[in-house]
Amino acid sequence: MEAIAFYTFSILITGLFLVTVFSRNILYAMSSLAAGMVLISGLFFIMRADFLGAVQLVVYSGAIMALYAFGMMFFDATRDVKEKNSSASSVFLLSGISAVILVAIFAAPAIGEHIKPLVTAAKGLDNTQAIGEILFTKYLIPFEVAAVMLLVAMVAGIVLASKKMDQSLSEIYQDADPENELKEQK
Amino acid sequence: MTIGLSHYLILSAILFSVGLAGVLRRKNLLMLFFATEIMLNAANIAFAAISVHIGDLSGQMFALFIIAIAASEVAVGLGLLILIYKKYGTLDLDNLSIMKG
Repeated sequence: MEAIAFYTFSILITGLFLVTVFSRNILYAMSSLAAGMVLISGLFFIMRADFLGAVQLVVYSGAIMALYAFGMMFFDATRDVKEKNSSASSVFLLSGISAVILVAIFAAPAIGEHIKPLVTAAKGLDNTQAIGEILFTKYLIPFEVAAVMLLVAMVAGIVLASKKMDQSLSEIYQDADPENELKEQK
Repeated sequence: MTIGLSHYLILSAILFSVGLAGVLRRKNLLMLFFATEIMLNAANIAFAAISVHIGDLSGQMFALFIIAIAASEVAVGLGLLILIYKKYGTLDLDNLSIMKG
């Protein structure tokens, strides 16, 4: 049962992320990325990391993808992305080799025998309770720092996005071809 | 057939290489952001799987902090992307390269 769920989820996630990477349309890429995020939370539920699955569902597919969807209003999302691609085979070779090396480096100590858990939960707690207990004792200072960092990011996002907010993009670029304008700036 | 740690690590490697191929191949800045999100998610899967396998909750903590960092990265990055789009009218890296080198 677990195997069926795992293989279904992993095949669907890989397919959706391949669509994200290779699609020419930004809207297709964003929606398949959002669907992949939802299915990844399913993987977390399978491995009984319940709290992480809920956070993935709320933060990633709720907040981050909604932020992308709002940001999409500023860009011309219906136009196809035109890209010059050169040497596709070397890209695949390089990414494959580096991913295998990275995974080998990081998985070698985990598969080894002489590794002991440092942070273990008390017996009889479920996943969410255990995470709450450890988050507010051992990881309290990183938690506070993360809260401050989110505040800084929120202020930065507001300041950056609100410049020239009173001008419409379609008015700025109504008759000017963007590439010509860029050449003039050069 | 039981699903062990190696299954999750192999899935994480596949997803990471998909994201890395996207980073190397894409020329649109927004698509580069999507590809980095894929790579972050692959790392999260590996963290959670190893954490559950060993019985140590630190991995899940790190995955939580990675999610928080990804959220703030998206907030700042989208602000910068909007500024770049307002200034140049394009997000394509080939058009944005203004250095003569």
